[in-house]
Amino acid sequence: MDAPETLTVHLRVKRYNPEVDRRPHWQELTVEGLEPTDRVLDVLHRAKWFHDGTLSFRRSCAHGVCGSDAMVVNGANALACQVLLSEVGTDVTVEAIRGLPVIKDLVVDMRPFFAQYRSVLPWLVAGDDPGYRERRQSPEERARFDDTTKCILCAACTTSCPVFWGNSGYVGPAAIVQAHRFLFDSRDEGGADRLDVLNERSGVWRCRTAFNCTNACPRGIKVTSAIQEVKRKIFSDRV
Amino acid sequence: MTATSSTGERRPAVAGGAPARARRPRQNFETWSWFFMRVSGLVLVFLALVHFALTHIINDVVETDAAFVAERWDNPLWRLFDWSLLALALLHGLNGVRWSIDDYVRSPAWRAGVKAVVYTGSGILFAYGTFTIVTFA
Repeated sequence: MDAPETLTVHLRVKRYNPEVDRRPHWQELTVEGLEPTDRVLDVLHRAKWFHDGTLSFRRSCAHGVCGSDAMVVNGANALACQVLLSEVGTDVTVEAIRGLPVIKDLVVDMRPFFAQYRSVLPWLVAGDDPGYRERRQSPEERARFDDTTKCILCAACTTSCPVFWGNSGYVGPAAIVQAHRFLFDSRDEGGADRLDVLNERSGVWRCRTAFNCTNACPRGIKVTSAIQEVKRKIFSDRV
Repeated sequence: MTATSSTGERRPAVAGGAPARARRPRQNFETWSWFFMRVSGLVLVFLALVHFALTHIINDVVETDAAFVAERWDNPLWRLFDWSLLALALLHGLNGVRWSIDDYVRSPAWRAGVKAVVYTGSGILFAYGTFTIVTFA
């Protein structure tokens, strides 16, 4: 059996330590011993372990579930653990997701993102007491919001949005997706409060349907479509 | 307000059985401005294509002079057509610019200033265009 093909990756990574650097700078590294089936996250691991231990990035599960390693890979938002070298080639450019303050290198401050997430009341609001029973729902009712249950809060969508880059007050695609998940849930009763938040100037009306969010979502959620459904829900709302 | 579950039960919408608050219609200015953009965008496709066909394909641009305009505007329906194109294009564009200003001009003072300039300019263009269409003889 032949030895597996090994790749040498030319990695460009945007480094920034706000406590030391006046502005971000690009670092170039040559990382060897990789395979086409390795991921960008593997490149970053090798860079950190064998070249420069000061490189900072987040990753937890490393398998596309936790959403902690969203970053800009060759110009597009993605999870580093989901992008194979066979897809992006051996010239890999990596930088932090845009629109959130950089803490260090590829690590951004997610607090503004989660504050916007919390603003849409992303939990089931149901005033009744069902007792020791489930709140039942038909398969059709469950299917109505199935797409938006897939969100892992990685922020790839929100930080790909040109409106969010310019206006950090915009609630952002991820928060709207989370609101959609409950707005179209037959068991939920908090829709009025949620729609009030989303109907504000910083809510859904800031969306220009640029579709960056839909392209960026690593879970394949139809984000722009979900936002449109929320807009229509507000528009068709009656007393 | 009550909600009906899949099992057919009706239950109060507010936690603790408190009376549901009175609901106002939810639509606000931003809702209607979004709706206006969608409708005016559709209408503008039709208006702009007819305008383009008439002035650039059916008639040669180099032959477009005051006489051509006068002949067309003898029919008040063409005046109405051109005024609709003017009004919708200006308002559609103005609303788009308003959205962009809200997005990218972050200082309240600057935003108010930029909007004042844009609204004034658009108002002058609209008034001048309307004046021309109505009074052209």
